[in-house]
Amino acid sequence: MTDGPIVRTIGLTKRYGPIVALDGLDLEVPRGVVFGLLGPNGAGKTTTIRLLTGLARPTAGRAEVAGVAAGPDTPELQRRIGYLDQDPRFYGWMRGRELLELVGQLHGLRGARLRGRVTETLARVGLSDAAERRIGGYSGGMRQRLGIGQAIVAEPELLILDEPVSSLDPEGRRDLLALVGELRASSTVVFSTHVLADVERVCDRVAILDQGRLVTDGPLDALLEEYAGPVYRLDPEPGQAAQVAALVAALDAADWVTTVVVDGGVVSVSVRDPAAGGRALLGAVVDAGVALVGFERQRPTLEDVFLRLVGRDRDEAAA
Amino acid sequence: MSALAGFGVLIRKELLESVRTFRLPIVVGLFAVVGIGSPLLARFTPEIVEALAGDMGIPVPTPTIEAAIDQLLKNVAQFGGLTAILLAMGSVAAEKERGTAALLLTKPVGRAAFLGAKVAALGLVLLTAVAVATVGGWIYTAILFETPSAGGFAGLGVLVWLSLFAYAAITFVASTLTRSALAAAGIGFVALVGLGIASAFPEVGRFLPPGLGEPARALALGGGAEVAVPVSAAVVLLVACLGVAWAAFRRQEL
Repeated sequence: MTDGPIVRTIGLTKRYGPIVALDGLDLEVPRGVVFGLLGPNGAGKTTTIRLLTGLARPTAGRAEVAGVAAGPDTPELQRRIGYLDQDPRFYGWMRGRELLELVGQLHGLRGARLRGRVTETLARVGLSDAAERRIGGYSGGMRQRLGIGQAIVAEPELLILDEPVSSLDPEGRRDLLALVGELRASSTVVFSTHVLADVERVCDRVAILDQGRLVTDGPLDALLEEYAGPVYRLDPEPGQAAQVAALVAALDAADWVTTVVVDGGVVSVSVRDPAAGGRALLGAVVDAGVALVGFERQRPTLEDVFLRLVGRDRDEAAA
Repeated sequence: MSALAGFGVLIRKELLESVRTFRLPIVVGLFAVVGIGSPLLARFTPEIVEALAGDMGIPVPTPTIEAAIDQLLKNVAQFGGLTAILLAMGSVAAEKERGTAALLLTKPVGRAAFLGAKVAALGLVLLTAVAVATVGGWIYTAILFETPSAGGFAGLGVLVWLSLFAYAAITFVASTLTRSALAAAGIGFVALVGLGIASAFPEVGRFLPPGLGEPARALALGGGAEVAVPVSAAVVLLVACLGVAWAAFRRQEL
């Protein structure tokens, strides 16, 4: 295993006739992370995944997985990945256990190791009781879980999940996200999704695509920090009306404060410079003698960042 | 060897699929009926005609072993040709249509192995079916007429299998090139009819799959036959079909 990124795309481009599905994507996914690939419909997420898995060929540029160039008919590439399609299809005549055995065998597992991995995987995705049933009789959620099972049975270096929670009920979704979190220890996980709350729960890094282009990528925390507004939220202890009024008056008069809003006893303060404002604000609170229950800088949700970036990107494109 | 990665695993899967989807038992059963029914039909044609025609007095030649073998060859060629097309039409196209090709080809599987396993399984299913038809035909010919040459009948079986495999290979190429099993079947059927018409011209016919019928008949009757040219031509056709299928499929997007 090398220390370089497990996924690297350089100028990766895919056109379907006049449609540019992916436009010069430069992306790196470090090893050992859960990487969220976000974007609205038609952003290029599935195209990126199809190029990484060798189901499609790039029009220009290239993609590498663990140093192996991606493209059709490259078993060395597929040996390194586990893949779950957004609409996984299986052989209806096959039994659940047989599918996992087939995939395990294709990855070179044999004998006791194969049987062990298959049994363990069936348990992990909650299909032990349905293992001997034909897949044709599985429900949508069971198929999705089987899809995850076949992706992880061979313990791949890179796990690529395209919209993995799309047909799962809330319980199944919770279990899948927990599983993805556990897999962080053994694999790198790349997954695309529309559900931003899921990304916030499990992803270390994200990339946001829109209209085939990369809008931004980086560690999730850094992204949220970067787009955090210069607003602090103060939650005073009850019974301090006079002190709070004095604090608000002082803040209103301060030139480093832009607005002060009191709502339901909570004071929201917008400042010009978040770093300096935070320190000054604490000083003002002490000066006013206000005891606080809570003090925090308001962070945006990923949805806020997503909408802001994608919206801005569209505005720029339209301009 | 990465192009053939997964071949052994995939051929087991293909054969299991043939059994589980009842493709193999049904085809073998139907070929058994054809194999047994052909000498029966040849033997009892006079009685059938007499029963249907009544007093019209339609003359029917006395059944012979030649008639039994001709009947077998004709039935297996017609029924078997259509069966070969039906077996091959969905080999690749249906997997692309259903999305199961993408399931397998995102695993460490060479595309040559993917195609090779399908062709090998197709050949094995046809071989089993033709073998059953040939054995059934031999037994009933022996019971109803006289005991034909076992070696000659085996030769007939091999040549019939080769011709059916050739039709299957043509349909297989079509199945690889298109995303529709029906379109592949259409192409296979046009080839079946077209080759049948073309084979009416002896100079061309001996290079085509239907040209294998005459040497097969001669072998079954215990005589000698010139098989090198039609067999070589059929093998070249098979290899060419598989080559075209692989060349197209190896760069195909799914």
